[in-house]
Amino acid sequence: MPPAVVVTDLVKQFGRFPALRGVSAEFSGGKLYAILGDNGAGKTTLLRALAGLTPPTRGIISMLGTTDLRSVCGQMGYMAHPSLLYDEMSGMENLGYFAGLYDVHNTDQRCTEVIRAVQLDPSLTRPVGQYSQGMRQRMSLARALLNDPKILLLDEPFSNVDLRSVREMVSLLTGLRDAGKTIFVVTHQASLLEGAADECVWMEAGQIASRTSDLAARSETP
Amino acid sequence: MKRVFPILAVLTAALLSYALYEALLVAPTEQTMGDVQRIFYYHVPSAWTAFILFSINFVASIVYLIRRSNKADIVALVTAEVGVVFCTVVLVTGPIWARPVWGIWWTWDLRLTLTLVLWLIYVSYLALRRFSSSGQTPLLAAVLAIFGALDVPLVYFSIWFFRTQHPQPVIGGGGSIDPRMLHVLLINWLAFSCFAALVCWSRYRLEVLQREVDETLALEALLEPRGSQTRTSQTWRAG
Amino acid sequence: MSTVSRLARATLAKDLRLEWRSKDAINSMLFFSLLVVVIFSFSFDPTAEESRRIAGGLVWVAFLFAAVVALNQTWAREMRNQVLDAYRVSPAPPNALFLAKVMGNFIFVTVLQALMTPLFIVFYNLRALGPAYQLPIVAALGTWALVVNGTFFAAMSLRTRSREIMLPLLLFPISIPALLAMVEATGAILTGEFSAKFWIVLLAAYDVVFTIASLFLFGFVLQAE
Repeated sequence: MPPAVVVTDLVKQFGRFPALRGVSAEFSGGKLYAILGDNGAGKTTLLRALAGLTPPTRGIISMLGTTDLRSVCGQMGYMAHPSLLYDEMSGMENLGYFAGLYDVHNTDQRCTEVIRAVQLDPSLTRPVGQYSQGMRQRMSLARALLNDPKILLLDEPFSNVDLRSVREMVSLLTGLRDAGKTIFVVTHQASLLEGAADECVWMEAGQIASRTSDLAARSETP
Repeated sequence: MKRVFPILAVLTAALLSYALYEALLVAPTEQTMGDVQRIFYYHVPSAWTAFILFSINFVASIVYLIRRSNKADIVALVTAEVGVVFCTVVLVTGPIWARPVWGIWWTWDLRLTLTLVLWLIYVSYLALRRFSSSGQTPLLAAVLAIFGALDVPLVYFSIWFFRTQHPQPVIGGGGSIDPRMLHVLLINWLAFSCFAALVCWSRYRLEVLQREVDETLALEALLEPRGSQTRTSQTWRAG
Repeated sequence: MSTVSRLARATLAKDLRLEWRSKDAINSMLFFSLLVVVIFSFSFDPTAEESRRIAGGLVWVAFLFAAVVALNQTWAREMRNQVLDAYRVSPAPPNALFLAKVMGNFIFVTVLQALMTPLFIVFYNLRALGPAYQLPIVAALGTWALVVNGTFFAAMSLRTRSREIMLPLLLFPISIPALLAMVEATGAILTGEFSAKFWIVLLAAYDVVFTIASLFLFGFVLQAE
């Protein structure tokens, strides 16, 4: 099986600041990858590069066998710390609109499905801006799932989220992984993915320092 | 390449001096306006030079959008900067000429107004270049340059028609021009073009060097390990 | 093609719905427009004869100020919560978003004009001596000229510092031929002294040129980091 994501010599510089200093890696499909590391390690930049939001300074990214990221963006889902939702609309309204961006069929049915999947109530008419952080992140995840993506890119989905919501999201993610999706979760709270992640990718100073299959087996910084 | 630059500089200096001599002393005095008219030899060639520079900017911007060539972007930047300078000369010499001759500071003369609008567009272009974050500057600037170029014929026609409805004095007079004056005009234009080429070339080299420095510094930052953090933590532990 | 129009309509519907719900933006802008008319009326107090001649300029400068205020908040809702990122990662065509925003702004500015125009008529005792039916045509073409470039430059300004000042800085120079056309056409219709036909044609040409240019180039601006 060809790998789902291949990154070759990826470099990203913002002016003089090198956020990514030559990242090379292969990621096979159907696994949940935890991208871990301290602040400033380059985790978010890597994820945004994979999502096609940040054009790399140098290097090649190949997703689902092609380097033309725009052609496969319909099969990707992206979520970040900001909710990427309109505060003034309810959950269903938001999802109804974003479903239109992906040309989803049976919009109402699909929206209800994903909202239920993240353990939220589809009939809730409260605007998203009034949700708690946990609810908002779950709704944002629902948005990322609308198009049933093959690859999920999640950037700090658990920040400031209550523990119960985190557990629900993690169990949803493992379920999606079991169904064959490839999931990348960037977080600086490694413990939240204990037992769920297939592989931990530790980033440091813009490079991948190590990849382990076990959270506890992380090698010390040289 | 290196030898051409000083040769061009000397040639330009010579041409400019000769052109000045021609404009001030050799060219015949104009019938109605007198010696003030001699400013015409600065006003008109500056306008032509500015228009040519902006045309080059337009072409360079298109090349940038298609090829994403760094050189094209630098050419666009350089021609915009020097073009604005020449535009300013036109806008300053215009009123200086108009006041003693026609008694008014400004008139919606076709060339003058077109130059004013171009000046405004390209000053906003330079403002955009200065205010945007460095990664996106070439792209946004190229897009703006294309908008500006599309605007020019519309500006021309709108002013032209405006003047038929509201007749205004024409700076520079219409009609035929004495061949001796034309000769001086063309010499001045040649001198100005050489000067523009010289300044542009200079600025181009400066910008290329500046970008090379930036790239080298960026590469250095890329290659050095983020040593400062581990170093301090090590000394902390050792201490 | 159908995706673009479907998505544009959906986006426009969403924007109008949200605007209707919050209403604070439109309310403050309506009041701002009223203030502009009053200030202008205090500043320029001509007789009926003169007023017809300069009304074109007055009215359109006032509309321009109101339009800039409206244009500056075009992308405000998308900037919160980084909604634009959601758009950029999706396969949705950028032009659909652009068209929806332009149409939304067009409706918005037209509403402002609908408020300001009667006030101007009242304060300046305006009456059209020429063919009055041409006035809505000039208004529509002129407003489109301002909002199509305004929406485009508003998107460009998102990537710059001093966002709010960047928009008028970029918009005003490029809009000069359109402004001249709007002012002259309005003056021509009000005074009845000459025909507005050339100006109307020029405005239409301006609209076509810049709508095509914007549609062509918006993708670049949206995908810019």
